Amino acid sequence: MTAYLITGASIVGGEVADLLLDNGEIVAVGTNLSTPEGTTVIDGAGLIALPGLVDLHTHLREPGREDAETVLTGTRAAAKGGFTAVFAMANTDPVADTAGVVEQVWRLGRDAGYADVYPIGAVTVGRKGTQLAELGAMADSAARVRVFSDDGDCVWDAALMRRALEYVKAFDGVIAQHAQEPRLTQGAQMNEGALSGVLGLTGWPSVAEEAIIARDILLNAHVGSKLHICHLSTKGSVEIVRAAKKRGLEVTAEVTPHHLLLTEDLLTSYNPVFKVNPPLRTKADVEAVREGLADGTIDIVATDHAPHPVEDKDCEWSAAAFGMTGLETALSVVQHAMVDTKLMTWAEVADRMSYRPAAIGQITEHGRPLEAGVPANLVLLDPTVERTVVPGDSVSLSRNTPFDGMTLPGKVVATFLRGTPTVLDGDLTR
Amino acid sequence: MSPAQSAEQPDVVQPSERGSREVLDASDISRALTRIAHEILERNRGADPVVLLGIPTRGVPLAQRVSARIQAVEGQSVPTGSLDVTMYRDDIGLKPPRGLEHTDIPGDGIDGKVVVLVDDVLFSGRTIRAALDALGDIGRPRAVQLAVLVDRGHRELPIRADYVGKNLPTSLVERVTVHLTEYDGEDAVLIADKGAK
Amino acid sequence: MKHLLSAADLSRDEAHLILDTAEEMRSLADRPIKKLPALRGRTVVNLFFEDSTRTRISFEAAAKRLSADVINFSAKGSSVSKGESLKDTALTLQAMGADGVVCRHGSSGAPHLLATSGWMTGSVVNAGDGTHEHPTQALLDAFTMRRHLGSLEGRRITIVGDVLHSRVARSNVLLLSTLGADVTVVAPPTLLPVDMTAWPCATSYDLDSVLPKTDAVMMLRVQRERMGEAFFPSAREYTRRYGLDVHRMAQLPDDTIVMHPGPMNRGMEISAEVADSTRSVIVEQVTNGVAIRMAVLYLLLSGSNEEEQTA
Repeated sequence: MTAYLITGASIVGGEVADLLLDNGEIVAVGTNLSTPEGTTVIDGAGLIALPGLVDLHTHLREPGREDAETVLTGTRAAAKGGFTAVFAMANTDPVADTAGVVEQVWRLGRDAGYADVYPIGAVTVGRKGTQLAELGAMADSAARVRVFSDDGDCVWDAALMRRALEYVKAFDGVIAQHAQEPRLTQGAQMNEGALSGVLGLTGWPSVAEEAIIARDILLNAHVGSKLHICHLSTKGSVEIVRAAKKRGLEVTAEVTPHHLLLTEDLLTSYNPVFKVNPPLRTKADVEAVREGLADGTIDIVATDHAPHPVEDKDCEWSAAAFGMTGLETALSVVQHAMVDTKLMTWAEVADRMSYRPAAIGQITEHGRPLEAGVPANLVLLDPTVERTVVPGDSVSLSRNTPFDGMTLPGKVVATFLRGTPTVLDGDLTR
Repeated sequence: MSPAQSAEQPDVVQPSERGSREVLDASDISRALTRIAHEILERNRGADPVVLLGIPTRGVPLAQRVSARIQAVEGQSVPTGSLDVTMYRDDIGLKPPRGLEHTDIPGDGIDGKVVVLVDDVLFSGRTIRAALDALGDIGRPRAVQLAVLVDRGHRELPIRADYVGKNLPTSLVERVTVHLTEYDGEDAVLIADKGAK
Repeated sequence: MKHLLSAADLSRDEAHLILDTAEEMRSLADRPIKKLPALRGRTVVNLFFEDSTRTRISFEAAAKRLSADVINFSAKGSSVSKGESLKDTALTLQAMGADGVVCRHGSSGAPHLLATSGWMTGSVVNAGDGTHEHPTQALLDAFTMRRHLGSLEGRRITIVGDVLHSRVARSNVLLLSTLGADVTVVAPPTLLPVDMTAWPCATSYDLDSVLPKTDAVMMLRVQRERMGEAFFPSAREYTRRYGLDVHRMAQLPDDTIVMHPGPMNRGMEISAEVADSTRSVIVEQVTNGVAIRMAVLYLLLSGSNEEEQTA
């Protein structure tokens, strides 16, 4: 195995040091390191070294929609975006609601080798919200599932949600809730507000998200389990989670890059590339989720990378699929929305995009500080480069990026997965 | 959707402006219209069969003035209206969309009547061709005649006027402009070089 | 203007141009030969993804009176549930050389997408999209009002009913305010958008307080299915609070006209006596629809395809 010496990089945005990677681990961090023969030297001057990013919310689409994405293409996109670990959502076809399916996804990830894939198990059979899936079997499988979610649909039945939260305590699992009250969002197409009234698109009111978050925080407080809120999108949700944490209630939450940057105003074009669930909200919501992410109310950034084939977006609004790709742009969007705005430091970026998602997902291979003795999962970022997003440049199978044509800062120069580069000089190594 | 000005509507040119000269003044125009009124009566042996249709915009007040003169002579009013030819023009697909002018066919219609079309300037003849087509969709006159204030020549179609206020030999680079008090605050016919502003 | 997608696209001058042109079109309709040559050689496609025989016939008559070739493309029920077919249909129309496409679609924004996607180059007329807009309906309504009320400047127009789901209401509020009218929409709170700050109109929940100050009242169709979605408790209660019957009609000033975009639910939002009364201009609205659509098609399609040049 080739050893790598990265020279003069800023470690998590702080001190400048060299990093020696060998045998899959970070061997040393410092200066004047002695290197084994044949060590490849990478000039890290001007680059920022971050722990490999961990995405707690990725749709890899395999099995079932291999026309949109596969485990291989999705993890290639992940590597390109600086991720070394992704959690694969359960809304595949068949649904990842049995040990068999989660083990299949897990193995596909291992074979692909671009990023570690941790399957998320469905909470209910077929994600239909009526009967608990065999959560224990998935937890005990080779995939060691700890995160369970019906994402795409809300576990709206309060009794079922309570039982799911209780049940996963046995193996220290976490329920990741897609917070969307279904009756309040029937046929919903966009954020409900002044603009939905003008565009004539059925509204998706903030309260439909906030009501479920409030309910689930209280349910979870009652049973003492682990609750994670997927893609929190509203100002009210931030306030609820902030108040809950202040009271000492257990809850973690994520925000997507697109909710950190984009607003509903883009929808006046009726371009379905902006159709996503939960929908793009208002400027006030964007400001609130940024503030929530900065102050730790929102624990992590998760991409909700949701690839769709062209024909599912190249159509009228109501027929289009919900979702946006995000793996390859996430770090740039976070730099743009949070770092360049001085809301967060790079150390906080490492926290929100690596340490904490790994902790919530209960994995130890990833999300470790860059220090000797930990697995060599890391990313080198050039924060000074600006690039214009071109959908065709994506290594994902899909092209539905909402950032098409936007100029964003930052470029992933290299990604290392257990000491092996998956990305070098900004390109996939194979 | 802002429509271009009606193609035959001349630009407003002040007589005092450089490069334009007055070829008919108010009294010339008045005399010409009186003569046309008499010729129409003579040729049609009275006002009975006659319907006057002005072609917008300036053909309409001209038709009304001729109508008033006929009434003054005969003591009998002549049905007078307007005929918009915009949708019948042969260049309709070649220019930006234009708003329509008003078409007003007098109550008894035109079937069996002698329709006298009235326009300000006869030039290529294409407007009159369009008017003949428009008439055909409205009814079947016994005859159609044409009265113009100015015939400036350069016909592109086999069309000629029955009543002409003034024959005005012009070159193609010149522009003939008719001013009428109803629109322009004065009566005058002007000639200007096309380049002149 | 190349397309007519929203009433908001129209300036006051453009709106007046359409209304004035429609006035000429309407008088020409009384002639023995109804055909005009303005769109000879042009192809107009009626692309209807939703059933609406009334609107389609109106556009078809308008296009035919202007001598356009008309192709009716009813896409309902075929493979349309898969969204891609809008694109394929557009590509087909482009290949057929459609100069104008009149599009009715159940999805808000579909005509907008047709016009902006680059799939086709023809002009697009929105003939009703989802719960968004129906600009030619608003134009014919304004045309009808203008014939009865004269200038709409300062006129008080009341629109009553399911504003939330009504494309007619959206387009009318936008157009009538452009024309200077004072518009009030009246509905139970459940049938109004939750945030109406962007609407250039007043709102009220109380029909009886508004009627005495109204020059034209437009009753919107209320679908009985809305009851199942708890928008209102019962047809009877809706009729009692928001229906226009002879007693309510008596509160209107003498010259106030009663309008309805059709199809009516007689006995629901409007009583049969009101619909058939002398104040009702509902039948005239239908007549005027052809003239308005002639004017729109004429102004969008009669000229050259090139950008406007100075004459």
